[in-house]
Amino acid sequence: MAFNSVVLAKQVPDTKNITGQAMLDDGTVNRAALPAIFNPEDLNALESALALRDRCGGTVTVMTMGPPSACEILRNSLCRGADRGILLTDRRAAASDTLATSYILSCAVRKLSDVHLVFCGRQAIDGDTAQVGPQLAEKLNFPQVTYVEEILDVSDSTLRLRRNLGDGYELVEAPTPLLITVVDTANTPRPPAARRMLKYKRARGKAELSKEATEKFGKGATADIEKYMAQRCEQLSAKGLLIEQWDLDDIEADLTWCGRSGSPTKVHRIQSVVLTGNEHKQIEPTPQAISQMVHELIEDHTIG
Amino acid sequence: MIEVNRKGDVWVFAQQHDGKLNEVSLELLSKGRQLADRLKVPLGAVLLGQNVDSLTVPLFHHGADKVYLAQHDLLETYQSNTYAKALCQLITKHKPQIVIYGATPRGRDLAPRVASAMKAGLTADCTDLDIGDNTDPSSKVTHKDLLLQIRPAFGGNIIATIVNYDRWPQMATVREGVMVLPTPDTSRKGTVVKDDIELAPEDALIKVLEKSHREKRINLKGSRIIVAGGAGIGSPDGFQLLRDLANALGGEIGASRAAVDSDFINKDHQIGQTGTTVRPALYIAVGISGAVQHRAGMQDAAKILAINTDAEAPIFSIAHYGIVGDYKEVVPALTKAVKARA
Repeated sequence: MAFNSVVLAKQVPDTKNITGQAMLDDGTVNRAALPAIFNPEDLNALESALALRDRCGGTVTVMTMGPPSACEILRNSLCRGADRGILLTDRRAAASDTLATSYILSCAVRKLSDVHLVFCGRQAIDGDTAQVGPQLAEKLNFPQVTYVEEILDVSDSTLRLRRNLGDGYELVEAPTPLLITVVDTANTPRPPAARRMLKYKRARGKAELSKEATEKFGKGATADIEKYMAQRCEQLSAKGLLIEQWDLDDIEADLTWCGRSGSPTKVHRIQSVVLTGNEHKQIEPTPQAISQMVHELIEDHTIG
Repeated sequence: MIEVNRKGDVWVFAQQHDGKLNEVSLELLSKGRQLADRLKVPLGAVLLGQNVDSLTVPLFHHGADKVYLAQHDLLETYQSNTYAKALCQLITKHKPQIVIYGATPRGRDLAPRVASAMKAGLTADCTDLDIGDNTDPSSKVTHKDLLLQIRPAFGGNIIATIVNYDRWPQMATVREGVMVLPTPDTSRKGTVVKDDIELAPEDALIKVLEKSHREKRINLKGSRIIVAGGAGIGSPDGFQLLRDLANALGGEIGASRAAVDSDFINKDHQIGQTGTTVRPALYIAVGISGAVQHRAGMQDAAKILAINTDAEAPIFSIAHYGIVGDYKEVVPALTKAVKARA
């Protein structure tokens, strides 16, 4: 059977490539200086969904929650083969923790009809929590299979999946609708296709167009901006290049469960990891000095 | 969500797998003991499964005052939904103020499902927990004796402390190996609280067809001495010199992520934020620059010896002994000196 899949993807700062300069003097992270990338395991999730569609038919919709700049990963998804991209953006969603985020995402997934499968990356590299997937599954009342490495057999309404738990494997059978989280060893994501890139590099979301228009005409020129927006939206929409954009009203989210008020966890303190500049004993790389050090380590019972 | 409940227990989720307790649950009991003593409340362990009565004993030996035991046919094999439902029923009934879980794949599968159903807060992968007060910056209200949930964030570049003062229980998953495994006190006893759980077959939608558990061939967590190599080792062959040293010392081989990613050695050896957290008596870091992600997994070693050609490598800042030089010369000299002892 053909599956309608939703892939939830996140644009994240590239924490693996943080340089000294990316940390501010007060120890907070200088997000502006960090390149924003497609969360790596979300690319594995996208690939799993695309491969399943290639095998069984169906559709792949990619959804991301974030600022307008997150349109970039939707364009990237479209170039890799996704059928549809949706940006969830709303200032009232800012400061959402994993619980509020999963609530918002659940409202958005419900808005889509006939969803059989929800794919998430195992975790995002900015928080490494791995919480949003299982929380979303609970909110949708879907069963969940986390740490999925391979989709094996597929029948009408069940999937056989292999989970990689680090110290072993589990083979499970699960019915749809189902949420799965995908690990990085699952596959090698396909690159964007050249033909699709030519088309989708011009895709834009409304929030991006509004920024474009404001830069072009200046903040006060409301009439010009509106006219430009209407025109561009129509053009893009005709070519299938207008990236859909939803806010919290569109998905009928209850605001008490969104943003700060919907987030039980609060940041108490942030400390930057500062090297203390410990005094260490410098040992010369000579046999005598090394012998002397080994002797010291025996003396203090570090080595027996 | 349950009401803020200052008299509530501190709970540790006792993770068992085929009738064997996971070590991280026992590690958590030692931390749970400290938290419960600070709050002057009982420490409870929650044990779910079928025919697991005998596991209550080691839980008492490791510090639990009570074991909340719920057994059911549908709990025999772990699955997210049945375990989450069972745990939510117990939380709703007994109203613990804190629930902590090991951050194993299973703990990280279960805890968020429970948090979502309870509409409670959850902090992932904590490296420490404490009790303290928090003053809300906007309302200026001070909340006393909260669970301080301490964890690295942004790839380990910052340490964040998280609190949850209104929607309880306060929950966290805790990394394996960061809490010390206590010596069991075999004279300790406690109370078993048996609970009935309501579950229906339609709660168990996932069928586990096959399980294969691979014992890691190496035991990094239990090793007193670790010789670890990084990108600076340059090749799989280079690790042979490290093995010679480890053999002479009776230690294990560890590796940084960079060495594992370069296929110098397999992933079982990886130490750091992704990988194993260790606290050996002696950690010898060879050709490891000491990125924050690696340090997170080894900085609690009692003694650290760093060997690196780059005198500016960050690893030296947490080392007790430092040797600036080529490991191909330094490591054999060290092996020789170790062999010459006694």
